[in-house]
Amino acid sequence: MSLLEIKNLQVSVEDDRQILRGVNLTVNPGEVHAIMGPNGSGKSTLAHVLSGKDGYAVTGGEVLLDGADLLAMEPDERAAAGLFLAFQYPMEIPGVATMTFLRTAMNAQRKKRGEAELSTPEFMKRVREEAAKLSIDPEMLRRPVNVGFSGGEKKRNEVLQMALLQPKLAVLDETDSGLDIDALKIAAEGVNRLRSPERGMIVITHYQRLLDHIVPDIVHVFFNGRIVRTGGKELAHELEAKGYADYEQEVAA
Amino acid sequence: MPAVQETVEQVRSIDVDQYKYGFETLIETERAPKGLSEDIVRFISAKKDEPAWMLEWRLDAYRRWLTMEEPTWARVDYPKIPYDELYYYAAPKAFVAPKSLDDVDPEILKTYEKLGIPLREQEILAGVQRPEGASRVAVDAVFDSVSVATTFKEELKKAGVIFMPISEAVREHPELVRKYLGSVVPVTDNFFATLNSAVFSDGSFVYVPPGVRCPMELSTYFRINERNTGQFERTLIIADKGSYVSYLEGCTAPRRDENQLHAAVVELIALDDAEIKYSTVQNWYPGDSEGRGGIYNFVTKRGDCRGARSKISWTQVETGSAITWKYPSCILRGDGSRGEFYSIAISNGRQQVDSGTKMIHLGKNTTSRIISKGIAAGRSDNTYRGLVSAHRKATGARNFTNCDSLLIGSHCGAHTVPYIEAKNASAVFEHEATTSKISEDMLFYCMQRGLSEEEAVALVVNGFVKDVLQHLPMEFAVEAQKLISISLEGSVG
Repeated sequence: MSLLEIKNLQVSVEDDRQILRGVNLTVNPGEVHAIMGPNGSGKSTLAHVLSGKDGYAVTGGEVLLDGADLLAMEPDERAAAGLFLAFQYPMEIPGVATMTFLRTAMNAQRKKRGEAELSTPEFMKRVREEAAKLSIDPEMLRRPVNVGFSGGEKKRNEVLQMALLQPKLAVLDETDSGLDIDALKIAAEGVNRLRSPERGMIVITHYQRLLDHIVPDIVHVFFNGRIVRTGGKELAHELEAKGYADYEQEVAA
Repeated sequence: MPAVQETVEQVRSIDVDQYKYGFETLIETERAPKGLSEDIVRFISAKKDEPAWMLEWRLDAYRRWLTMEEPTWARVDYPKIPYDELYYYAAPKAFVAPKSLDDVDPEILKTYEKLGIPLREQEILAGVQRPEGASRVAVDAVFDSVSVATTFKEELKKAGVIFMPISEAVREHPELVRKYLGSVVPVTDNFFATLNSAVFSDGSFVYVPPGVRCPMELSTYFRINERNTGQFERTLIIADKGSYVSYLEGCTAPRRDENQLHAAVVELIALDDAEIKYSTVQNWYPGDSEGRGGIYNFVTKRGDCRGARSKISWTQVETGSAITWKYPSCILRGDGSRGEFYSIAISNGRQQVDSGTKMIHLGKNTTSRIISKGIAAGRSDNTYRGLVSAHRKATGARNFTNCDSLLIGSHCGAHTVPYIEAKNASAVFEHEATTSKISEDMLFYCMQRGLSEEEAVALVVNGFVKDVLQHLPMEFAVEAQKLISISLEGSVG
């Protein structure tokens, strides 16, 4: 069975403007898909709709995660079912230590799945291990969630959460934005470590450069609210060379 | 289990109109006749077996009160209080001052158990082992108008600390009571304080002798049980030179459809180098979601840093009451004295809160700090009202104020009314204020990680109030965190 099936998904925002115009996408376990497209093409909207953010109206189509109706679930239920979104702009939560946040999130998901909560030593052990792999200073974990974090720290914190929550499907929304090349490498290495035969990933990006570090199995070109072309990783290089101009002409024509 | 998780489970187990402490204790009570008159004041004084000077003091207050008007400047709205319809004294029937817990009506003890604040001495009497190093709290329990039990009396006595019902102190330590009672909140201070002076029923009295560090936290638990009864407790705490005391106050009331009046007065006096830490968790019945019932909480709390380098710090978590009208203040009289105010005020449903503090800088090089966190949800109104003033002679006065308001939903209101008066050029006053709304994006971020909406709100709010929570004694902080989530229950969606 496919991990994720998106069938003819159509989505509008509240003023009735249509953003997604029939998206079809199938992700199998173990696959890494890249979605590339220009600004305003609807890439981030897709990520938001999959994770259940308010403010969008699904007007048609369906989405199945492991065969279950994803769109019928609340955002927290989707998370517990194994969907993870790495945010383009991670939110700051003043006064809440990152460590507390991580633990609350892990236990909330475990509880929803009917699993026992992690003991304190077990939790600490996991956090320390994963944080070390991402070169995260333990001091950072005592600071409030994302407050005063640099761009690189915020994105590493997203990857840390992903590593701890072990999702079935991870959606990475513009994980490269705002990162210098060193920070990009650390984040990408973190993501690569999480590639596994059971896990699917959707990497949303504007630029090819992230895909030099997280090499996708399949590349989709997203334009004007739908996938207009699908190919192998070489498609990303073609886009880098030629830009999206061809697709603009297609739409105009 | 992380506190947040635990909190949310508590929230789940209750529904909106189910006030946790809304049970009534069925014990026989003896009440004074309805209404207020000189005879009632005499009745109360006689019940307490008071000396003549105390009765005169009360009568003087009563006569003064007759000439006063109820204040209207606060941002609260309520129907006129029928003072003639209230009962001003209620006591468990056939009340004889208890010698030990054995003499206390078991029904009352059960009530305190239900409140989750067991009188610790029960455990000791029952031979319960307490873990090594567990903190101990001496409790004075006030039930309607009468103090029913004070624990750890003997141990405190050894340290020289006096901790007893104020009605007893009037008889046993008249010299101290006469010297200090009304010296911080004068009989004529304000409508509600004057009313309290006339009819105050009981409350706690604490005296810490020079150089003594009180060996345990002192605590009072107030509970209003009787229908249509006002509770007018009076607390007087004196920290003599170089002493230290930490005092905790908790309040609950059973739920009732009618409003109940609560008008307390608390006076703190810190002499040279003394320190008083006063913490409150107030959880009186807030009324139902339509605003029926609930406690009217009109309280005057004031501390006098009378001695040089003395320090008074107020910490409050206010989650209950239909109306809260409360401004715990510090008079910074001694040179180099310091006042602090840490507050979390939460309003939900139809609650109205008008609360804040006054820091009156009179002495040289006095400092004060105000951290106020107001959280408004439902259809409530939440006002911070504060005054920071420096007298002509208060050279080098410094204040830092931070007032943050958090709105949940779009039918509530948060207001900040700071008054700042500096009458000398060397005073440095800083004021910061923010108002924010719990953002959808923040909640969504938490929910994407697996938290339900309620869990997400609890997490964000706990983060918002953290600066204040850390000033509460440990045992209270845990209770306060639970209360915060319980009172915000049903505020989202």
